[in-house]
Amino acid sequence: MTGAQILIECLIKEKVEVMFGYPGGVVLPIFDKLYDAPIRFILTRHEQGAAHAADGYARATGKVGVCLATSGPGATNLVTGIATAYMDSIPMVAITGQVKSFLIGNDAFQEADITGITRPITKHNYLVEDIKDLARIVKEAFHIASTGRPGPVLIDLPVDIQQQELEFHYPEKVEIRGYKPTYEGHPGQIKRAAKAISDAKKPILYVGGGTIISGASEEVRELAIKNEIPVTMTLLGLGAFPATHELSLGMLGMHGTAYANHAIMDSDLIISVGARFDDRVTGKVEAFAPHAKIIHIDIDPASVSKTVDVDIPIVGDAKTVLQELIKHMKKPDTKAWLQQIAEWKKSYPLKYKDDGLLRPQYVVEQICEVTKGEAIICTEVGQNQMWTAQYFKFIKPRTMLSSGGLGTMGYGFPAAIGAALGKPGVPVFDIAGDGSIQMNIQELATAVANKLPVKVAILNNCCLGMVRQWQELFYNKRYSYTCLEGVQPDFVKLAESYGAAGMRITKKEEVRPAIEKALAIDNTVFMDFRVEREENVFPMVPAGEAINRMIGGMA
Amino acid sequence: MKHTISVLVENKFGVLARISGLFSARGFNISSLAVGETEDATVSRMTIVVEGDDKTLEQIKKQLNKLIDVIKVVDYKEGEFIDRELILIKVAITPKTRSQILEAIESVGARIESAGARSLSVEATGDQTKIRALLELLRPFGILEVVRTGRVAMDTSDKGLKADGKPEVNE
Repeated sequence: MTGAQILIECLIKEKVEVMFGYPGGVVLPIFDKLYDAPIRFILTRHEQGAAHAADGYARATGKVGVCLATSGPGATNLVTGIATAYMDSIPMVAITGQVKSFLIGNDAFQEADITGITRPITKHNYLVEDIKDLARIVKEAFHIASTGRPGPVLIDLPVDIQQQELEFHYPEKVEIRGYKPTYEGHPGQIKRAAKAISDAKKPILYVGGGTIISGASEEVRELAIKNEIPVTMTLLGLGAFPATHELSLGMLGMHGTAYANHAIMDSDLIISVGARFDDRVTGKVEAFAPHAKIIHIDIDPASVSKTVDVDIPIVGDAKTVLQELIKHMKKPDTKAWLQQIAEWKKSYPLKYKDDGLLRPQYVVEQICEVTKGEAIICTEVGQNQMWTAQYFKFIKPRTMLSSGGLGTMGYGFPAAIGAALGKPGVPVFDIAGDGSIQMNIQELATAVANKLPVKVAILNNCCLGMVRQWQELFYNKRYSYTCLEGVQPDFVKLAESYGAAGMRITKKEEVRPAIEKALAIDNTVFMDFRVEREENVFPMVPAGEAINRMIGGMA
Repeated sequence: MKHTISVLVENKFGVLARISGLFSARGFNISSLAVGETEDATVSRMTIVVEGDDKTLEQIKKQLNKLIDVIKVVDYKEGEFIDRELILIKVAITPKTRSQILEAIESVGARIESAGARSLSVEATGDQTKIRALLELLRPFGILEVVRTGRVAMDTSDKGLKADGKPEVNE
């Protein structure tokens, strides 16, 4: 078999059903084999779209997302997508063609040192130097990408190796002496943690993306509900615990709910599951949760005690650890605590001006109501992302797909395409801003060509909303280059030019019917919601402040 | 504060770049780095001297362990290891200063590698104290060039650190 054929056989052995990519000179041998391979290949219209689509597919299904690009500019176009996956720990294998082995380092046509460029943004990467290593490398790549704390792995495959011949043997096992993740938590630590929770008066569960990666939602539910412990989630943890449940505090942090922030700042015990105490959550670190002991359950030892000092660290897989923890639990007395939280919820609810105008928060609420919280929601970045996190009540894991760590505008639309392919039959939305949607607008072609009925809700305020908000609050309304009004495409005509459907909504009473109509259309739909311009995301914790010092949106 | 760590790594393409990239990306300071093969040709051993407090050292060790190519990280506690470095110094020499320089060199147990009319090339191997002493002694005479290898270290216990990261004891 040729190297190209070996690569495809390896992907088939790894049970890859869908992959995303874009052709080019030094991947011609691979594309020739893909032509009649039993893998569904999705041609995107930009390599960045391919990377984000592979990412969205991975987040929605839990499987490894695969993308393929050519060398040079093809590979560099994947970089933002790979970095996005890296920051959010998403299992991905990115394959790039490379110039002929003997030309590497010679400034050849379309050559780029992609292994050098992606070293800091991949969990690991490989340059294939010998065809004998290819099968082992692919097997290792999938193993590394999908185990421990998942992450993107890049394989750089020179075109001459794609054309060489070798007998195909897929290795039975993977043996990497430098990689042995810990899954079982230390039993002594688990017992200590159980005792600490049982003794606590104001415990709180702080649940992040790792909970969803581990598939630990059931365990979090059991732990929280049986023991009456309130739950707050990070952006990537939304959906791990149902937002509709009384014990849910919604998201915490910079744009979290006021009651979640007050609760965590006042708690005496934080049970952190698959979360990393990111700066968006802690605010001013020195002031964070001054009265709380911290239990940190995480599969990555490097995340433990990185930003905040932890009292009971437990390195292991969230699901496995929680199952053990639950066995040793005695229910703490949280009656007074829950009462205090109920008061905070009453005094500081999430709110926005409820007048007759078309407000972006209303659009998000209506999408939630119409889909009964059962859709997969992708977001772009900025205000659209934060309003989605605040107003869409996520009830299931793997339904909130958003670039949290890197904050990549342009992520949502291609990710929605990936999610739609991974979960056919489930309604998929991209809640976008008018700035973000233009960053990967070319993927309209991909969506329509593959008949993916993705619904794109553009919260169109003709500006780069989040930056405008900061300029309003901290830069004296000097709206420097955040106004997109000068030239904005007619999103309806734009969608239609690609063969998709488009609709424009300018009045509040048109919102719900538009969403229902869009869901009934068996096509990609762009919904141009003309929302109020100077609307802000509240509450907000200004940069460098403690998270209970919020501005806006209070009683 | 300076800490000395030994890192066993896969002897593969790009590993040095990976490690130095990790340090620069996370803002860790490398004072010196020495690397060579172990008794197993597929494994290299790096000795890295890093600058930072205990919390920083913890993060460095954890981040290194995360790397797929890193097999083991050992950090040496004060007083429980021996360290050596090799230094070559080219010092200016005149007929007047000749005997003083030769005396200084002998006093720290350094060797003269080559001698010229106007310069002397000196070699020394030793711990940081000896290296520093030699430099201070020769500085007043005019140092023309210095080349250092960086520190290598080994702990003083009865256990040996094998290439696969497992301890070896002489039974």
